[in-house]
Amino acid sequence: MSEIAMTTAENDVVLTVEGLRVELDPSGADIDDEVTLSIRKGEVLGLVGESASGKTTAATALLDHERRGARIGGGKIMVEGRDILALKPNELRRVRGGLISYVPQDPSMSLNPALRIQTQLVEILEAHGFGASAAEREKRLEEMMEEVLLPSDAAFRRRYPHQLSGGQQQRVALAMAFACRPAVIVLDEPTTGLDVTTQAHVLRTVRDLTQTYSVAALYVTHDLAVVANLADRIAVMYAGRLVEVGPKEALFGGACHPYTRKLLEAIPDLNGEHALRGIPGRAPVPGRRPEGCFFAARCDDVEDQCRAGFPPYDGPGEDHRVRCFRWREVEARPMFADRPLRMAAGPACATEEDALVTVRGVRVFYGSHEILHGIDTTVCSRRCIALVGESGSGKTTLARAIAGIHPGKIEGDILFKGRRLERDSRSRPKESRQQLQYIFQSPYGSLNPRKTIGQILSQPLKEFFRLSRDDMEKRMGDALELVALDATLLSKYPDQLSGGERQRVAIARALAAEPSVLICDEVTSSLDVSVQATIIELLAGLIEETGVGMIFVTHHLPLVRSIAQDVAVMSAGNIVEFGPVGDVLSDPQADYTKKLLADTPTI
Amino acid sequence: MSVIPQDAQEIIPGADELLPEPRPGGAHRRREWVDIIRGSLRFGRTKVGLVIVVAIVALALIGPYVAPHSPYATGVAPDYAGPSARAWLGTDYIGHDVFSRILCGGRTVIGLSVVATVLAMILGTALGLLAGYSRPAVDDVIMRLLDVLLAFPSIVFVLLLVALLGNSLGLIVLAVAITHAPRIARVARGATLEIVGRDFVRASEALGVPRRKILAGEILPNITSPLLVEFGLRLTYSIGLIAALSFLGFGMQPPAADWGLMIHENQMALAVQPYAVFVPVFLIALLTIGTNLVTDGVSRALIGIDRDTGAK
Amino acid sequence: MSPLLKLILRRLGLGVLTLFLVSVVVFGATQALPGDPARAILGKQSADKAMYLALRQQLHLDRPIYVQYEIWSRGIVSGHLGTSTASGQPVTTLIRARVVNSLILVLLAALISIPVSLLIGALAALWRDSVFDMTTSVGSLALAALPEFVIAMLLIFVFATTVMHFMPSVSRIDPTLAIWSQLNLLILPVLTLVLAVAPYISRILRASMIEVLESDYVQMARLKGMPERTVMSRHALPNAVIPAIQVSALQLAWLAGGVVVVEFVFNYPGIGSAFIDAVKNRDLPVVQAIALLIAAVYVLANLAADILTILVSPRLRTGLR
Repeated sequence: MSEIAMTTAENDVVLTVEGLRVELDPSGADIDDEVTLSIRKGEVLGLVGESASGKTTAATALLDHERRGARIGGGKIMVEGRDILALKPNELRRVRGGLISYVPQDPSMSLNPALRIQTQLVEILEAHGFGASAAEREKRLEEMMEEVLLPSDAAFRRRYPHQLSGGQQQRVALAMAFACRPAVIVLDEPTTGLDVTTQAHVLRTVRDLTQTYSVAALYVTHDLAVVANLADRIAVMYAGRLVEVGPKEALFGGACHPYTRKLLEAIPDLNGEHALRGIPGRAPVPGRRPEGCFFAARCDDVEDQCRAGFPPYDGPGEDHRVRCFRWREVEARPMFADRPLRMAAGPACATEEDALVTVRGVRVFYGSHEILHGIDTTVCSRRCIALVGESGSGKTTLARAIAGIHPGKIEGDILFKGRRLERDSRSRPKESRQQLQYIFQSPYGSLNPRKTIGQILSQPLKEFFRLSRDDMEKRMGDALELVALDATLLSKYPDQLSGGERQRVAIARALAAEPSVLICDEVTSSLDVSVQATIIELLAGLIEETGVGMIFVTHHLPLVRSIAQDVAVMSAGNIVEFGPVGDVLSDPQADYTKKLLADTPTI
Repeated sequence: MSVIPQDAQEIIPGADELLPEPRPGGAHRRREWVDIIRGSLRFGRTKVGLVIVVAIVALALIGPYVAPHSPYATGVAPDYAGPSARAWLGTDYIGHDVFSRILCGGRTVIGLSVVATVLAMILGTALGLLAGYSRPAVDDVIMRLLDVLLAFPSIVFVLLLVALLGNSLGLIVLAVAITHAPRIARVARGATLEIVGRDFVRASEALGVPRRKILAGEILPNITSPLLVEFGLRLTYSIGLIAALSFLGFGMQPPAADWGLMIHENQMALAVQPYAVFVPVFLIALLTIGTNLVTDGVSRALIGIDRDTGAK
Repeated sequence: MSPLLKLILRRLGLGVLTLFLVSVVVFGATQALPGDPARAILGKQSADKAMYLALRQQLHLDRPIYVQYEIWSRGIVSGHLGTSTASGQPVTTLIRARVVNSLILVLLAALISIPVSLLIGALAALWRDSVFDMTTSVGSLALAALPEFVIAMLLIFVFATTVMHFMPSVSRIDPTLAIWSQLNLLILPVLTLVLAVAPYISRILRASMIEVLESDYVQMARLKGMPERTVMSRHALPNAVIPAIQVSALQLAWLAGGVVVVEFVFNYPGIGSAFIDAVKNRDLPVVQAIALLIAAVYVLANLAADILTILVSPRLRTGLR
């Protein structure tokens, strides 16, 4: 046997998953099934999926871990010739952390609040027999921390998790994962909740470490943009099944599955070359999955055979597998079928009198702390201004101050149609309250779970208008129509609606008041990418149809392209840059904007 | 540590992959009560508790109508007589028929306890709502005052008032209500605070809805779950407390027929007439166990319901 | 000043404030209510002017309210709790021995109930949904529901009348003999208290242990390949300890009030039975003194619980709000 044979692709494969199935316990309904993939040494495979896709469940199954309510129903997970699922508890314990390690999504919850950092780091060395003495382990500990760019001095090591920032906590998690030089690492959306700059940092670290130590990495995420830069290959998961697996270039250049294509089209494009398109409908959850292809109900390419049975693995090559009967036709189509970004918007306000909302020299406080330091901006009708920034930049505070729901002191002027507004919305005249409407981020928190949709929608109507019951019903129906929802929803309760539907109801509630200004506070941040796109489409359409002026608050820069004409970039309570979206994003002037753009992952 | 609030929570979709599927349901789905009853009866112990409670309440309510003798009639048989055809459980220290007195002795215990608990709920809920939805200064003051009341164990507080103002049923009911109110207020306040932090309350405030309408329309309906459980708990304790007071010699006075009083009256002659003491003891024990089992079942059912409706 | 110290001092301050307010309430309740305490005590004898006036003077009722409070609180702090109107003796003398007796009862009950119920709660959480868990769960529910006097009577029923005749059903403690020579008389009262208190501790501990066992950090420890023993001892236990401490301290507080009824049932010479006698006789100084004592124990136990919790939680220790 010559050496050349030893360097074939098979020898580089570190992890093989065959037919993995995870079920709900006790019903037995499948969460994931028929999951088959492999990862080579030093390769990063991005596992991409939206909510209820089962990606996290599949990822933790790689360590033979079942979360409460789920059990592994079958399949094989081979690492270095051993089937992880067949290991005895003792062997499994040695494998976890040693051969395969895990980086959790939320380090603030996964690090023990009662133990110091060093305890939690050293113990993994002890458990896996690294280092012959305490001194050796301490040295290794210092190395580990330097690898992840954390200070390695004793004082820092003695800290408790709550004394670290989110980014630092995640680095500790990374250090723990790489400590024993595992063969495989499973990363579960580790940059959740981190701001863009920290996220960029962490991703770089992950890339460096996996390459340095030739580790096979599975990176679970909902964000294709993040994985675009990091991963070598991508696996797309839908409703518990892998629908497409292949090299990154192949997927981004010519995806073969309709869902992959739609997913790509739903992702906000920083370069603003194509319009967002959402995917109407919902993925089927465990227990409610149809006979044929799960995506059939939402697929434009569906035909009869798709409903008969789930398509088998097929595709252009060994390395690029798809589960679709019509993959050849799909592949042949050009990506992003010609749909240029085009938003019909009104002109910028010529004079201050034209502006709906004027903010002049506004300083906002929380207690005695000044959070916003002198803000000036305007909102015009039929236009959208985006407030962009990271956590703590003050964008939500500004939005709330304008809406009149900020609990602290406000200095300066906030004008509505030339009239100065009081700090507290309850002190404001009815007209201003009615005309300025605010939509909250979380669809799960902004609707009263004890009220029907009808009762929720009627609240602004009762507050602002004197209407007969029939008129009220009609107006509620109209508002729902504007957000593409059916009037039958009026008698339902929020928990009977999906996240996207709830957010539409929140928007309808705002529209029912017939406002002239809509303030949208991160209204899509809690939604899946495909749902987000439908909401953005909706909002952009509303600006066109009704001529409202909109303030769109977001931390996600690429989103700005799809909805706003002007953008104000905020940092630490100041607007550091302001201008038309195209100008600011293609030719940023402020350093902060440049850095933000550089750190924002794009496809 | 920073006092400035987080600007925006970066909630990522897919955080919980097993999010409950939106509940199906027709137009007006029947709200809570059916779900609660059905949910709590899933547990064997709740069924047992319910049977017990129903049985004893029935006994207490119907008892007086089927008692063979008047509970006040003395001389039914010689004092401290044993069980006989005339007096199935014998007689007590004055010659009352023990059996009849037992049949008539439940009404006061149950009635007074229910009144006291309802009063306590009204008081406690009002205070808790107020504390939870007011300026921090007001909240602090209310909670400090309630803390003072909480420093007294219930029985000590009630007896303190009795020592001062004399023994009267009205006072006792009021005192029991007052001693339970702070505990209920704590629960109500906690639940209120959690609701107040949610966006739908802020949305109503932004619309300009007045505070009292928000309290009644937005907040109150959302705190019914913990309050329902609290009602059950307080009822259980009220029964125990009021029975204990009669047992100590306060509260109900002779010649009234009351389970607690019966235990008090006949305690000395335990060996001779055990029934007059132990049957009421068992009945009170069963009643409180029953209410507690039912409360536990309701509590567990509500946890499940709230989780599914996303109210939690 | 370190944030830890500040936090503790703040808590102490709150405790002192509460104690002060409690004393005001106790004082106010007995002295400042409508109706004339002197008249109420003397009853029919209040017609006797001389007696009435003398009593008024003895109770300082002729002085303004805040002076009365000052006199009273000064007395409390220096250990003079007034004079019993029923027996004419100084309150301190009356209750001194009884306080010791009740203390013995409470300490014995705590010493037994806390370890036992912590163990039961922890095991129930560990063996969740097992037969053990189910039985202890129902048992706790039942015991928690029962008023203390019912527990006492049930114990009497079981032990003294039917099963074992050697345990006297009524603790006729001979006041001339020391308590520890009459230990067998303590068994039933202590057992009653233990049964009354144990269910609460075990239920709360079970709930918090389950929370800890299902926490992300315990799962993470397992995913790191830590041996189960270490997961339990190093990761789970330190976090479960906090609620255990809080609940134990609170139960001590509760025991202070629980003795009232239990002592009465067994005729045990402690402050509980003294309290009831005093209430019956409307012996206000004694009522005041004991009520204040019990409330003070409650406040102090809560204070201890809070401070211990602060010391044991790293987050609070390092001054995080």
